Order: sequence, then C-alpha cells, then structure tokens
Amino acid sequence: MTKSAADVSVRPPRKRRSTYTLAPLVLIAANVVLFALFFVWPAVIGLVYSFTNYTGVGAFQFIGLDNYHNLFGDSTFYDALTRTLLYAVLFVPLNFALSLLAANLVVSKNAKGASVARVIFFIPWLLSPIVVGVLWRWLFGENFGLVNYVIEKFGGSAVPWQSNADLSLIVVVFAASWAWTGFSMLLFIAAIKNVPVSYYEAASLDGAGPWRQFISITLPSIAPTSFIVILLNTINAMKEYPVFVSLNNGGPGTSNNLLVQYIYQTGFQRGQIGYASAASFVLMLILMAVAIIQLIVNRRVENR
Amino acid sequence: MTTTDMPRKVDAGSGRAVSKKRPRGASSGGLRRAVPATTLLWVLACLYGLPVLWFVLSSLKPASDLFSYPLTFIPHNPTLSGYTAAWRSANFSQYFINTALVCVITTILTVGVSCCTGYALAKYDNKWLKAFFICILATTMLPSEVMLAPEFLVVRNLGLYNSFAGIILPAVLTATGCFMFRQFFITVPDELVEAARIDGARELSIFLRIMVPLSRPIMLTLAILSFQWRWNDYIWPLLMLNDPNKFTVQIGIQSIVGAQNINWSVLLGASVISMIPLIVIFLVFQRYVMGADINAGLKD
Repeated sequence: MTKSAADVSVRPPRKRRSTYTLAPLVLIAANVVLFALFFVWPAVIGLVYSFTNYTGVGAFQFIGLDNYHNLFGDSTFYDALTRTLLYAVLFVPLNFALSLLAANLVVSKNAKGASVARVIFFIPWLLSPIVVGVLWRWLFGENFGLVNYVIEKFGGSAVPWQSNADLSLIVVVFAASWAWTGFSMLLFIAAIKNVPVSYYEAASLDGAGPWRQFISITLPSIAPTSFIVILLNTINAMKEYPVFVSLNNGGPGTSNNLLVQYIYQTGFQRGQIGYASAASFVLMLILMAVAIIQLIVNRRVENR
Repeated sequence: MTTTDMPRKVDAGSGRAVSKKRPRGASSGGLRRAVPATTLLWVLACLYGLPVLWFVLSSLKPASDLFSYPLTFIPHNPTLSGYTAAWRSANFSQYFINTALVCVITTILTVGVSCCTGYALAKYDNKWLKAFFICILATTMLPSEVMLAPEFLVVRNLGLYNSFAGIILPAVLTATGCFMFRQFFITVPDELVEAARIDGARELSIFLRIMVPLSRPIMLTLAILSFQWRWNDYIWPLLMLNDPNKFTVQIGIQSIVGAQNINWSVLLGASVISMIPLIVIFLVFQRYVMGADINAGLKD
C-alpha cells in the first residue's frame, strides 16, 4: 500500500508538465492561426507557383523545373545573388565588431559618460532604413556631400561614392552597420551583464588583465548571444532592400541590385510570379543553409 | 545571497570595477584606465552621433543654403521652411496618422500574442509545442521579404488588399517576440508555477495573474521594438497599399527620393519629421529598452 502510494507521488512530478494540453493550446492558438495563414499558406502556394508560369491573374500551366532551369542561366540573378552574399560577408562582421566594441565600452565602468554614449549608439537604430539611406546619401553625395567636402578640404580629390559600384556598396555596408549597431549592442549588453561578477573577481585576483578577461570570460560566456546576433544580421543582410533603394536605388545602373530587389522586380514589375517564387525559394534555401551551419557550429562550441 | 550577486541586479559594472581596483589599491590606476576607455567610447560615439547631427542641422538650413560652399555645420539663418513644406506637400500629415494607427494596433496585438506563445513554449513541454517552436524559428528563415509574391497573393485572396488589416495581420507573428518571452519565462523558476498549482490556481489564471505582471519589462521592450519595426516598414506597405490616402510615411519619403530631381529641402524636412515619434518614444521609455537586462533578478 505504501509502496503504491509512493509510486503515485513519484510519478506525477515527472509527468505533470505534459498533462496540460488545453492551456498551452489556448495560449498559442492565435499564433498558430497566423502561422498557418501568413506562413504555411504562402510557402505552399509559393512552392507550387515556382513550378508554373503564373502571372498573378488568370490561368497558369505547370512547366516543371523550367523556372529553376532558367534561373541558373540568368546572369542578372547570379549578379544579384553574388552581390547579396558579398554584402552579407562585409556587413555581418563589421556590425558584429562595432556592436561588441560599443557594448563593452558602455558596460565598462572605466569609461565616463557611458549612459549618454549608449543613447547615441542607439539612435541610428530608431531611424528607418529609408531614412538611413537618405541620410547617408546626403553625407556621401559626390558633389554636395559632407564627406567629399572634407576630403577636398584636406587636399584629396572627390571620391566617386555614387558612380563606382563597389564604393557604393561600401557606403551601404557602413550605413547598415551604423544603423544596426544599437540593436546588436543591446543584446550584447544584456549578455555581458549576466556574466557572473565572481568570474571577473577570480580572474583579476589571478592577475588577468582586461583583454585577457574579455577573451577568456566575456567571449565564451556570451557565445549564445553572439550566435543570435550573427544569425539575425545574416538574415537581415540577405533581405536588405530599403537602404539600397533610398541610398543608390540599386545603382549605379543595376550593379547593386540585391536578391529581394530582383524578386520584387520580376514578381511585381514584370508580373512573373512563378519565376519570382523560384528565386524566393533559392533565397530561402540559402538562409536555411546559413542557419543550419550556424546551429552546428554553435553546438560544437557549446559542447567544447 | 553573496555580495557578488547583489550588485549585478542594481548595476552590473560597479561591483566589477571595484573588484578590479582593489588588488591595485591606488586610485591612479583607475584614472590610467579611465582615460583610454573614455576616449575610445567618445570617439566611437562621435562617429555615430555626427551623421545624425549633420542631417538634422542641414534640415534647418533654407533651401538656398543647402549647397552653398563653404558648407557650414551650424546653419546661419535657421528656418523651419523645409519642415512646413514637407508637412504640406502631398498627404504627409495623412501618412503620419496612417502610420501611427497601424503601428499602435500591430504593437498591441504583437505583444499580447507573443506573451501567450512565449509562456506556453517556456513552461509546458508537450511534443507539439516543441514542433511549433521550431516552426516559429523557421519564420525567421522565411521573412515576408522572401515570400513577397505568394504572401501578396494570399493577402489578396483574403480580401485584405489595400486595407490596413493587410499590413497589420501578417506582421503580428514575430519570432523575436516569442523568443524574447520564452527566454524570459524560462528564467522564472518552475517552483513559482508549481506553488500556484498547489494552491489550486488554474493554468490560465497563473499566466494572467502571476506571469503577465512579471513580464511587464519584456512587454515594454517588445512594444518599443515592434513599434519601431512597423513605423519603419517599407516594402510590405508599398505592395499592399494602392490608395494614396492610405500610404505610410516611409512610402511618402521614398517617393520624394525616387523623383527625377530630388528636392533635398523637402526630403530632409520629411525625414526629420518621420524620425521624431520614435526618438520621443525612445527617450521617454529609454530605461525599458536600455535597462532590458532580460534575465534580471529572476535567477536563483
């Protein structure tokens, strides 16, 4: 008798959490509906349309893998794809380094006026990508911008920030890194503040300097946050569009047209919904690959 | 409670700085460290602040002075003409109201829905909940920018084309929001829920009466984030809205940039006006964003 009573009292704690179905179901209901409507449904019809020649209205025919086949023979698509990857490769590390630096400086008690500086770092994030583009266009205008004015003042010659495709991309990289620092910095600040103070106390008793403490304590402790920052920034970079549109409109010419702009133009300006859906799926596969690689790397780092 | 845990809640840095100084003893050591750190901080802060300052100061110049050399940092005869011209041009005031309406509604919905989902994901472990969590994470892989065409067709088929609902509803589900609440509720000790259950509280009232009040800081943080996202949205409203009376601020600004000859005076004015609401909200609720030490005070 006592034995079975013990069994009863032992078992429930293990099973208890899974016995609730109604409450969690009610709690997630709204998001499940939204997920089905605005995620599953578009994903499914997008996949279906990517095998058709649908133009948004009227009838359509299944054309098999033709869209994908054409896509890989489309040099415009390749240009957009490589440009997007290049942009991501430049933007993600720059933003990571800047926001980690900013976060460490702001948290450090050695730096005076950190609370004001923190607000200054954060304000660019409040600006919309469109306004960020306008702002940097104003700053880096070839004939009227402040940057070229200062360069000429110091005896240099005007830099073709707008008419050189690569410099134009660099300006966007600066602009986006500048604008996104505030948010990544915030994530880093929260992570750094959660590192137990006793670690640093022990390290400084052992004579570790600030750099050593940063490498050996801060960096490993904030690894999960670093992972999230890199992931979010990669996704943001892959879907970047508004900053380009207002900064250089994908120019000069079409040299800085990124993938989303390509999808937008084929889908909505030329009405090739099927073809644009195929391009979307390629972009999605890239994002998934990025996420999976980062998950594996993250797991390996955490297990070490 | 050890002394090392105490300062963390109030101010993470202070305990650390004190402990750093203690072995060295001298206050000159603190000064030697303060100078490079402070210098670096302020050089970086200038790099971030000056572009905005230059932009705002430029917007105060009259149109004729914008391109007159030598460029001056401080406007000689400051004027608000750029702002008034921007406010009167097209429907800018209407755009402003539209955007505010969309932002407020979306933000309220996002916070409510994310809080519920985050709590369920953190405190119950059914198999299908784990599956749904992966589904939500998957939405970050497939942002609406990536599925522009099919998502447009879905919203059109739902009859939401050219309506505010067409912008609001697809934006309510955010992985970031669910994730933030999940992370927060994981740090709330399970014992709290268990104790309430033993006292006979029902599941949903545990959530509403204990967990929701606890999560208030996260709510404000997400509200500010969400408001910022929606205020700054560009591509989706551009696709969804056809009627110029329903345009949002960002579309209005981009239409000035897209013109053959950019009217910089109006553009600067319009851009600065569009920045004001977010900066005001941020400065008012600053501590909820900046102090967003997401795990504060709830670890045992």
